[in-house]
Amino acid sequence: MKKILAIVVLSGLLILLLSSILEMPVLGSIENPSYNETTQYYLDHAIEDTNAPNVIASIITDYRGFDTMGETVVLFTAIAAAVSVLRAFHDDSNKKKVEE
Amino acid sequence: MDDLIVKIITRTIIPFIQVYGIFVIMHGHISPGGGFSGGAILGASLILYTLAYGYKDAAKKMPHKVSVMVESGAILWFMAIGLVGIIMGGNFLSNKAAGFYMGNLSMLFNAGLIPLVTLGIGIKVASTMVTLFHTIIEED
Repeated sequence: MKKILAIVVLSGLLILLLSSILEMPVLGSIENPSYNETTQYYLDHAIEDTNAPNVIASIITDYRGFDTMGETVVLFTAIAAAVSVLRAFHDDSNKKKVEE
Repeated sequence: MDDLIVKIITRTIIPFIQVYGIFVIMHGHISPGGGFSGGAILGASLILYTLAYGYKDAAKKMPHKVSVMVESGAILWFMAIGLVGIIMGGNFLSNKAAGFYMGNLSMLFNAGLIPLVTLGIGIKVASTMVTLFHTIIEED
């Protein structure tokens, strides 16, 4: 009974996901909702706003600089977590405490 | 690993890898690339040194304290650049409104804060890679 219920639920989920994939816009189509006036603004004004020929760099570090700062904070958090787990056993003072 | 051929080839090839990484970082606002990819190249060269020469030699070149300090310093550098915008009377991380030097188009030092931020990201990514690798392979 449980198995039949799981199969029914999973096949319903499969139909839902497949139908939503079929509704997705075609890759690279000009009609995509992501090609809106923001894209046009970046392409038109990036050079006069930032004076950088690489529009991608000006979007990443200037228009969305706060997002990039978040990315670097993520890197910092990851390294802080890894070091706090791994260094605790390499440090000599902690090791003596564990052995005691 | 204690192999003469690997050591000699590593010693020969590391300067070229590092020059390429610095090139990708410095030209982040002109050509494809930027802080993340250039920092990954720089970090890979340091990891290559660790693999060829062992952890003890690598820890002399890049001690744990230094890499941790560089890593924390890079993100503070990023935030300090952002705060310059507030001090000069603009928004956080503002570029042209904060009065950064804009320069000529496609010269190496133009575009205000973009090369500075890219430099910070590159140093940060390189030191993150090497710190994580050293922390994992460190034997006691």
